[in-house]
Amino acid sequence: MKRRFPEQWAKFRREGTFILAWLIFALLFVPAFALEVPERPEGRVTDHTGTLSQNEIAALEQKLAAFERETTNQIAVLLIPSLEGDSLEDYSIRLAEKWKIGQKGKNNGVILLVVKNERRLRIEVGYGLEGAVPDALAGSIIRNEIAPQFKAGQFYRGVDAGITAIIAATKGEYKAPGNRERRARAVPWFPFLPLILIFGVSAIANLIARKRHYHSGGRHGWTTGGGFFGGGFSGGESGGGFSGGGGDFGGGGASGDW
Amino acid sequence: MNKAVLFLIPLVIIGVLVIGGFGIYNGLVSAQEESKAAWAQVENQYQRRADLIPNLVETVKGYARQEKSVLEEVTRLRSQWGEARQSGDINKSLQAAQGLDVALARLMVVVERYPELKSNQNFLKLQDQLEGTENRISVERRRYNEVVLNYNKKIRTFPGAFFAGPFGFERMPLFEAEAGAKKAPTVKF
Repeated sequence: MKRRFPEQWAKFRREGTFILAWLIFALLFVPAFALEVPERPEGRVTDHTGTLSQNEIAALEQKLAAFERETTNQIAVLLIPSLEGDSLEDYSIRLAEKWKIGQKGKNNGVILLVVKNERRLRIEVGYGLEGAVPDALAGSIIRNEIAPQFKAGQFYRGVDAGITAIIAATKGEYKAPGNRERRARAVPWFPFLPLILIFGVSAIANLIARKRHYHSGGRHGWTTGGGFFGGGFSGGESGGGFSGGGGDFGGGGASGDW
Repeated sequence: MNKAVLFLIPLVIIGVLVIGGFGIYNGLVSAQEESKAAWAQVENQYQRRADLIPNLVETVKGYARQEKSVLEEVTRLRSQWGEARQSGDINKSLQAAQGLDVALARLMVVVERYPELKSNQNFLKLQDQLEGTENRISVERRRYNEVVLNYNKKIRTFPGAFFAGPFGFERMPLFEAEAGAKKAPTVKF
């Protein structure tokens, strides 16, 4: 016993240092692989490359704001200089998960991401618009609308043509969400049934398991709100601002280059 | 008085344990359900890809008839995946899907040699759809891995491990960091 104990201890320490080394390794290397996604900006159009002029940004911004007022669909544009070795699709989905463009529940956001040095771009389409902007359509918008302009060095025109095409594509699908709402009004209690159930169950669960710490449930993207009622009905009132958010993305859209 | 307290203490302890047990058990169940839902999402995307394949094979056939073996391989693995999916065995289905990954990646490398095919609008659209689907698959895979990691951790670490055995919570498989599935793999001809 006396002899084995220190051996065990030594083994434990060896393994401990091994794990520690791995942790340090992981901490050192994870950020290197994954380029940091910028915070969600105030405006809809963000240019980290200094390509677009203030006026051009304002013009795009105005167009997108008008489109959002009309349809509640949100489009955001981001220009970055480089991916620094990261994969375009990875970066783009992380961006989408962080910014949460689009209304909660409608998931009607689109992100146009342009990486200037690598000459690559991507249209990331939220779940709610995948029907209106399917991948093939996003791909042809890139190939036929944006890329030719970018090739000619016309970045403003390319972005403008891109968002114009995306807007045109989405029109019609989200123009008339009235149908859904009207049907809901006819049976007004029905949409709240899950809410009532959740509330009831959570109340009971709370009574039963007071002590249980709320575990870190699976992050499904929707879990931005704190409580069950968090932000459910906000969003629509935003006039010119870029609020709302909560839109989910599943990797729809297309990538391309120029 | 003293006796009553002595009688109450174990009762309280048992009560706390039972209530805590509910919480832990429920936590396991919800983690398992989340994992299953995430797996269903992965399979949906695989299904979406499988639906694209016949059309893709037909289109490629029109331009690259001599690539018969690659096309047949893709078709064969597609139906194999379909069978594996039907069986409901996650491990099997996962393996079959990864086999299909490789075959499709190979097909996409092969088509690089056919410039007319690559300028065909129909093919370009199919390629967009396929890429979009691949991307969705990788997104859903990552989300699946995240929730399954959480679940696997729960059933193997301390309080959860007590319940995992008796209640039959089994480990769920994770997607390995795909061996080059993301980047175009090196293909030998």
